[in-house]
Amino acid sequence: MHVPDGFINVPVSVATGAVAAGAVAVSLRGARRELDERTAPLAGLVAAFVFAVQMLNFPVAAGTSGHLLGGALAAILVGPYTGVLCVSVVLLMQGILFADGGLTALGVNITDMAVVTTVVAYALFRGLVKVLPRTRGSVTAASFVAALVSVPAAALAFTAMYALGGTTDIPIGKVLAAMVGVHVLIGVGEAVITAATVGAVLAVRPDLVYGARGLSAPLKLRVGGELVDAAPRETGPRETAAAGPVAAAGPVAARSTRAFWATGLVTALILAGFVSFYASSSPDGLEKVAADQGIDEKTEPHHTDGSPLAGYGVKDIADGRVSGGLAGVIGVGVTVAAGSGVFWAVRRRRGSQESGHAGRSGQAPAGSA
Amino acid sequence: MGAGHAHKLYRHGHSPVHGLPPHCKLAAVFCFVVVVVSTPREAVWAFALYGALLAAVAAVARIPAGFLLRRLLIEVPFVAFAVLMPFVVPGEQVTFLGLSLSVPGLWGAWNVLAKGTLGVAASVILASTTELRALLLGLQRLRLPPLLVQIASFMIRYGDVITDEMRRMSIARRSRGFEASGPRHWGVLAKSAGALFIRSYERGERVHLAMVSRGYTGTMPVIDEVTADRTQWAYAAALPVSALAVCLLGWTL
Amino acid sequence: MTPPTAPPPSLEVRGLAYAYPDGHQALFGVDLTVGRGERVALLGPNGAGKTTLVLHLNGILTAGAGTVAVAGLPVAKRNLAEIRRRVGIVFQDPDDQLFMPTVREDVAFGPAAAGLRGAELEARVVAALRRVGMARYADRPPHHLSFGQRRRVAVATVLAMEPEILVLDEPSSNLDPASRRELADILRSLDITVLMVTHDLPYALELCPRAVILSDGVIVADGPTGGLLGDEELMAAHRLELPFGFDPGAVSRAARPAV
Repeated sequence: MHVPDGFINVPVSVATGAVAAGAVAVSLRGARRELDERTAPLAGLVAAFVFAVQMLNFPVAAGTSGHLLGGALAAILVGPYTGVLCVSVVLLMQGILFADGGLTALGVNITDMAVVTTVVAYALFRGLVKVLPRTRGSVTAASFVAALVSVPAAALAFTAMYALGGTTDIPIGKVLAAMVGVHVLIGVGEAVITAATVGAVLAVRPDLVYGARGLSAPLKLRVGGELVDAAPRETGPRETAAAGPVAAAGPVAARSTRAFWATGLVTALILAGFVSFYASSSPDGLEKVAADQGIDEKTEPHHTDGSPLAGYGVKDIADGRVSGGLAGVIGVGVTVAAGSGVFWAVRRRRGSQESGHAGRSGQAPAGSA
Repeated sequence: MGAGHAHKLYRHGHSPVHGLPPHCKLAAVFCFVVVVVSTPREAVWAFALYGALLAAVAAVARIPAGFLLRRLLIEVPFVAFAVLMPFVVPGEQVTFLGLSLSVPGLWGAWNVLAKGTLGVAASVILASTTELRALLLGLQRLRLPPLLVQIASFMIRYGDVITDEMRRMSIARRSRGFEASGPRHWGVLAKSAGALFIRSYERGERVHLAMVSRGYTGTMPVIDEVTADRTQWAYAAALPVSALAVCLLGWTL
Repeated sequence: MTPPTAPPPSLEVRGLAYAYPDGHQALFGVDLTVGRGERVALLGPNGAGKTTLVLHLNGILTAGAGTVAVAGLPVAKRNLAEIRRRVGIVFQDPDDQLFMPTVREDVAFGPAAAGLRGAELEARVVAALRRVGMARYADRPPHHLSFGQRRRVAVATVLAMEPEILVLDEPSSNLDPASRRELADILRSLDITVLMVTHDLPYALELCPRAVILSDGVIVADGPTGGLLGDEELMAAHRLELPFGFDPGAVSRAARPAV
C-alpha cells in the first residue's frame, strides 16, 4: 500500500503530512509513558519485524501494492503510541533506503499505515480484552481479530484519501473493491502472524506484551524462607499502582456481559464466515447476506460514502463463496469493533479511575531500572 | 554477527557525493523529490532533464548504471499498476496497436511512472552513497526526534539479528528434515515467527544491556563530529536548485 | 593484593532478593562485600542467579528487596549514570558487547556517552586498548577479530570508562588456551577491583585469592579460593566440579608465593 511520489495530489499530501506530524508528536508524548529502559529495544525489534513483514509485497491492480502492515502487532506488543512511532520509523526508513513509498507521500503513508492500523487495532484489541475472559488465550484471540480488521480498515482509509486527492480519476468504486478485497486476504495472513507472534511472546515473556500488562499478578518475594510482598516501586509517576489487584477488578455484572459478548462474537464470526461459505450455493444471495449482515454498519464508523462495497462486494476475488464469506467476516469484525468501542467508552466513563488504572497496573517490574 | 553495519545497499567509495555530510544529502534529496512532484505532468521534457540531473549525480558518485537500474526494480509493483491504468480509467479513448486505451489513463500512468521513478532513483543514489549509521546521524542532525532515531537505529541492528537468527532456525529445521512446501506447513512457520521474535529480542536485549551498562541513555554519543560547512551545503544544493529551475520553466512554458 | 580494609568497600550487597516478572525468583537475599583492590571469584552452577546478581550491580535490574552500593554510592535511579561509570561489566558474549563498526568507536562509546570529546577521548581510547594489547587493531571492525581478541576489546571498552570495579561474566568461556593465558595476564596486570563470575574453577583459582559460592540465590560459602575448591563436600553439594586430574591444593601451594 506504499504510495509513491506523485500519486496523491499536493493539497492532500500536505494535509495528511500535517495529520501524520500531529500523530507522531502526540505519540512521542504518549510513548514516554510506555517505554522504559528495557522496552526501548523492544520497540526497535518490533520496527524491524514490521519492516520485514512489509517487505512481502505483491502487486494489486488498482492500489499500488499490497503487503502485511504490522500495525496491530506493534500496538499490542509495545502500546499504541510507540506502535505508531515504530511503523512511522519503518515507513521513513523504507522511503529513504529502499525508495519504497515516496518521500512526499510520507504523510499519506504514515496516516494510512501507521496511524489508522494502529489505532483501529488497538481500540478493537482493548475492547475485546475487556469483554473476553482474562486469559492468555483471549489476548491471542483479540490480537487475531484486531489484526484481521486493521488491514481492511487501512485499505478503506487509503481509498478515502484517494477519493479526496487521487491524481488519476479511476472510479472510486473500483479502487475500493480491489483494495478492500485484496486486503481482506492480507488481513487473514496478518492475523495469523500477529496472533502467532503475540501468543509465542505471551507464553515465554509475558512481561514484553504491553497489551497483556493487566494480566500479571502482583509479585511476592521470598526472603529468608518467608513470603514477603514486593514493595511497590518508588521509581516515579510512570508506574502507577504496581500491586493493584487487577484480576479482581471486574465486577460481577461486567463479567456476565463479557461472557455474553464473547459468545456473540464467536457465533457471529462462525455464522458470517463458515456458514455463509458452506451453506448456500448462490453467490449472489451470499453477497446480499454479507452486505445486510455487516457492510451497511461498516459505512457508519468509517465515513465512506454510501455503501459501495455492497455493490462491488469482494467480487474481484474469483470464488464467489470465498468472497461472500470473507465479506461477512469483515462486516462482523467491523461491527464488533464499533460496538465494543462504544461499549468500552461507556464502561470507561462509568468507572474511569478503576479501569484506567487496571489497564496500566501490574506493569512488569523488571523494567524501570 | 552482532555488528553487521555494512548494508547491501551501500556502495563503498570515495566520490565527492560519498564525502558530503549525510544531513546535506538527505535535505537535498527531499527537496529534489518535492520539486519533481510539483512539476506539471504535461512538461514531459522537464522529467527528461530531471533524469539527466540524476544521471549526472550518479556519474559523479561513480555508481554504475547497471547497479542503479537493478535497484530500480523495487518499483515493479507500481509499474504493474501504471500499466493497468490506461485500461481501467474511463474517458476519451485512443486506439494503439489494436488496443483501446484511455487518454487520462495514459497521462495518469505517465505521471505516476515518471515521478515515482525519479523519486526511487534519488533515494537509491542516497542509500548507495551514505552509510546507514551516517544516515541516522544525518536524521539526528536534521532534528528528527531522538526517540525516532533510537527506534530506527535499533531497528537496523535488529534487522541483522533477525536475519541471523532466521538462518540458524532454518538450518535447525532443515537438519531435522523439515521443508516448507505448502499451506500445510504454515502453522509451523507461524510458530517459528513467534520463536524468532523472542530469540531476536533476547539477543538484542543483551546488546542493549551492554550499551546501557556503558552509559547509553537513548542517544548515540557523538564520537566523530559531523558538521557541514557552507561549501558542502552549496554543493548539496546544486541538485534541488537546478531541479527547481527546471520546474519553474515547466510551469511557465 | 591489598586486604579488604580500606573503607568504603568497592561493592557492598545487602539482603538482595529479586524475582523475574514471570514469577521465577532468582535471588533470595544475597550478602556480599568486596574490598577495594580485591579480586574475587563468584562461583556457582548454571542457574544459580549469577548473571541476575551481576545485572543488579549497575542497576539494570532493580532490587526487589535489599541494597547494593558501589564505593559507598547506593545503586538507585538518581545515581545511575555515575554507578554505570563506576561498574564496568564485561558480558559473556563479546558479540553482544561490541556493536560499533570499529574497535576504536566501540571503546570510545562509554567515555563519549559520559561526555568526553576530542583529544581527551582519543587518549582514553588509546590507553584502554594498550592495556589489553589491542592498540594496533583500533580501526578494524570487531567482527573481523578472533574470539579472544574480541573478548580483550570488550575488556578495553569497559576499562576506558575507568571503573571502580570490573565485573567479568564468564571471562574464560570459549577461549582457546593461549587466549585464556593472555587474558589472565591482562587481568593480573590491572590495578583494579575485580569480581569474576565463572564456573571455570582453575581460572578462578589462578586469578582470585578469594571466592564466594552462589547457589540457589544465596551466598553459601566465602573464603580463600584454594580452600573452597579443596572442600569436596561443599563442591559436590553445589554442583561444582573440578576438571579431571586437577588438584587445587597442589596448584595453590605452587602459586601462593607468586601471589
